[in-house]
Parts: sequence; C-alpha cells; structure tokens
Amino acid sequence: MIRNERMKVTGQREIARNIYELVLEGELADEVREPGRFVHLRAGETVDPLLRRPISIADCGDGRITLIYRAEGHGTRLISEKERHGTADVLGPLGNGFPVEAAVPGTKALLVGGGIGVPPLYGLSKRLKEAGVEPVHVLGFQSEDVVFYEEEFSRLGETHIATVDGSHGTKGFVTDVMASLSHEFSVYYSCGPLPMLKAVADGMSGTEGYLSFEERMGCGIGACFACVCRTDSNDRGYVKVCSDGPVFKAGVVTI
Amino acid sequence: MNRLQVELPGLTLKNPIMPASGCFGFGKEYAQLYDLSKLGAIMVKATTLEPRFGNPTPRVAETPAGMLNAIGLQNPGLEKVVSEELPWLEQYDVPIIANVAGSETEDYVAVAERISKAPNVHALELNISCPNVKCGGITFGTDPEIAGELTRAVKAVSSVPVYVKLSPNVTDVTEIARAVEAGGADGLTLINTLVGMRFDPRTGRPVIANGTGGLSGPAVKPVALRMVYEVTRSVSIPVIGMGGVSDVDDVINFMSAGASAVAVGTANFVDHFACPNLIDALPGRLDELGIGNITELIGRSHRL
Repeated sequence: MIRNERMKVTGQREIARNIYELVLEGELADEVREPGRFVHLRAGETVDPLLRRPISIADCGDGRITLIYRAEGHGTRLISEKERHGTADVLGPLGNGFPVEAAVPGTKALLVGGGIGVPPLYGLSKRLKEAGVEPVHVLGFQSEDVVFYEEEFSRLGETHIATVDGSHGTKGFVTDVMASLSHEFSVYYSCGPLPMLKAVADGMSGTEGYLSFEERMGCGIGACFACVCRTDSNDRGYVKVCSDGPVFKAGVVTI
Repeated sequence: MNRLQVELPGLTLKNPIMPASGCFGFGKEYAQLYDLSKLGAIMVKATTLEPRFGNPTPRVAETPAGMLNAIGLQNPGLEKVVSEELPWLEQYDVPIIANVAGSETEDYVAVAERISKAPNVHALELNISCPNVKCGGITFGTDPEIAGELTRAVKAVSSVPVYVKLSPNVTDVTEIARAVEAGGADGLTLINTLVGMRFDPRTGRPVIANGTGGLSGPAVKPVALRMVYEVTRSVSIPVIGMGGVSDVDDVINFMSAGASAVAVGTANFVDHFACPNLIDALPGRLDELGIGNITELIGRSHRL
C-alpha cells in the first residue's frame, strides 16, 4: 500500500562529499518489502521547491528506511538540512524493485552501481545474501571523495571500486573492472547513469539482468506521463519509469 | 441538502472539486490512494483519435512555485479510451468530463461524437489550448473565429454538454470566450498552462526536450484568477476555474471570482490527496466565513 506519512528523521549525516545518508522512521517502512523501490519526498514546507524528489531506498528494516542521496540542487540541499527529531513528508513506497528470486541460491550475482545509483544495490545485496546468493559488487565513482559504503558492501561480499580519476581502486569505469572478473554469474543487477547501464547490459548480454532507470518525474505514481521510455516489449510502445519501473528486465527499455 | 452541491450543464457535482485533465490520467493511479467517488467530477486525460506517444523526455521541469510540462497529449487513442479506460471508471459514482483533442476539426468531431456516448461521460472539455503539440491544440484556441467554428462543429455531434478549455496565451481571453459562447458552448474551463521556458546554465539548452512547456502551479494562480474574473463578467455560460489551486482559500477565491466549480492540477503531484483534502476542508471554511451554501460564493466578487 502507498502511504503518505510524516516520517521521523532519526539520522542525517554526510557520508562523502555532498552525499548524505538520511534515516526515517515510520509505518511506511513496513510496506517496502523488495529492494530497489523509491519514495517521493517533499524537500521543503512551502511551494518552492514545489515538486517532490524521488529517492531510492538504500535499506530498510526495524521500522526505518535509509535513503542515500546527493545534495546538488535547491531541493536536495533542503533535504540535507532536515535535522534529527524533525519530520519529512514521504509518499511511498513507490515503483517496482529488484527481483531477488531471479538469483539462484548457491550462485553468484553481479551488482554494478554508478555514483548515486549505488544506494539501492545495498539493500539488494543484503536480501541476496539472506537468500543464499553470493553478491559480487562493482561500484563506480568519479573520485575518492565521493566514494561511500565501501565497507558496508565489503561486509556482504567481494567489492571492487573504480574511480574515473584513479584516486581510489581501479582507474576507469565499472566496465573495466567487469572485464577483469572471471566469475560465473547467474544474474546481474545494475543502477546508475544511462551510458553505464547500456555498457553493463552490452557486456553482460547472454546473462539475465535487471536495470534500474532514472528519469525526471512529476507525480511519481504513473498519472502524469512525464517519465516514459520507449519499449518494444509491449503493444503500447512505452513504459513509465515511476510505476512500471524503476527496475526493468534488461532489454525491456530501449537504450 | 448538500451544501457543497453545484449544478452545471450536464453535471450534478456533489462538491465543486475535480482533478484537472492531464494531471490524473484516467484515474487508476489515484484510485490506489482514495475512493474516486468522493470527487465532484473527473476531467480525464486528453483523448485523440489515434494513440499518441507524446514528446521526448525530459518532459517536465520545476520552476519557482510551479512546473513546466510538455507531455504532448500522450494517450492510448479513442478506441482504447472508450473500450477500456471509461468502462473501468464506471465502478465509481462520479461524472466524467472527457477532454477531447485533435489536429484537425474532423478529429475533434470524430472523438467528440463517439466519446460523448459513453454512459459515464456527462460533459466534454474541448481542448483548444494545449501548448505542447505542433498541430491542433492551441492553434484552435488563439483565433476567435476558428475557436467558434470548432465549437459549433463539436456541438452538432456531441450527446452531452460541451465545455471549451481556454488558453491564457492570448491578448484578450474574453474575445475567445465570447466566440465559443456564440458557437454554442455550454460552459468554459480556464486556464490551461502558460507557455514558458527554462534553460540549463551549463549548456544554454532548454531543460525541456520540446523547448517550451506549459507553466502550471501556484505561480500561475494570479493570472488564472484574473482571467476567470474577466471571462465570467463577459459571458453568461458557467466557468470551471483552475490554475494553481492548492488550498481551500484558493477554491473560495476562484468561486468568488466567478467560477462555478474548481479543478485541481499540479497540486495532485505535490499532495497526492489534494482533492479529498480540499473537499474535507470546505465545510469548515464555509462555516468560518458565514457561508451556508457554496453556490453563494459564485461570482460574489462581481456583486460587491
């Protein structure tokens, strides 16, 4: 069920340069169930900024959800100013997440994230591990100062970091790391910028995969048709990222 | 006696609040959140003769106290709307106002004739004001003569009353209003969005792929109120007012300015329960203002 709730802010901290981790407590957390879904958050209390901000759920449990986001515009900066003991107006959970059951227990799953696309993979990795799947993480960032959750991911499984400028981990892109891996994967999951998703899907063709997309949204529930992508997989010729996605099986969305 | 009830051509509204076309799809998404029977009416998404995919993305951009959109009338086409979307809405006790769009007069006529026969469609809203499509839309809504002729052609085939949705992107909105009234319109709805732009300072490119988009939200409210006020002074057919409505005093103000009912657009994206919240808040606010029946508000600013 979709709820609109004033959730309690129980944690807010900067975990890398301009990257924040926000922890919210409320009944909405019990509705999340699968990893990779998102919430639609009001940034302020006035009409400017007007629209909600869609933010993926990085983790959930014990009546709480964790959101990791980059404060870069007016709205996300306001969100980063929300303080502990305050509240946030949250609509959610929204969208469809990653199918954990697509991974076969006892096999390895590849999780590839880029920048602010990394967060939903954390909750996914935890669920995979609980299901007896071995997650292998390949996480790409611009530079060392914006790397986050390396330790958290490492606790769950093998973790490789790539930075574009080479200041941490492998110099280059996630695909450079992927090319060096010789594991067998039963499935892969990815979230990040569009060019990265395309490169990952190309590199993993032949393996079942799930990609999480991002698009500018209006309503967040499928009514306004702002976030449509073309597809050949249904007779309408389109999917809505907010309500049909944001996670789609690789090949569904034309990229 | 229901003090919120409003009577309009073709429509008995249990309250004067309805979601605006394009902001509510065909109701399915919001039906997950609340009972659609609570609404006064529903203005469903524009329907064209053939399915339309709409414009490239990005289709929306936020602006101070508002947003720009250029969706491009994406819809599944007349056949699917009549065979799937409208029948699905029949489970709710709510009149539907079908928004009709097209590229040519013949398109409008064909859609109007067929869609007006759907059992739950109680009125049509003729969309001659969409700023985001190359053909049709606003080109019909900025020339009084063409607007009047189109209204006449649609009136001739429609089985239900016809409301015409006016564009604010004109020099004199009352001129168009009078022309469509003369063309036989049963009512007017206004305003559609104001054409606007936003640019990316890094690249100089427009943020919206279509270049321009329609501005909506609280930012347009003063313009909408002024136009509702002017139009209701110059025509004798009823007006459904819209443009930035988000709180209960906006409803009071639009009705005072002359609107007989009020549509809620962008606010549905900000507070997804905006419509039922407004409906719940109205009786208390009427009490505070000493108003017995909501119809007493309609056009009271003109009588002062």
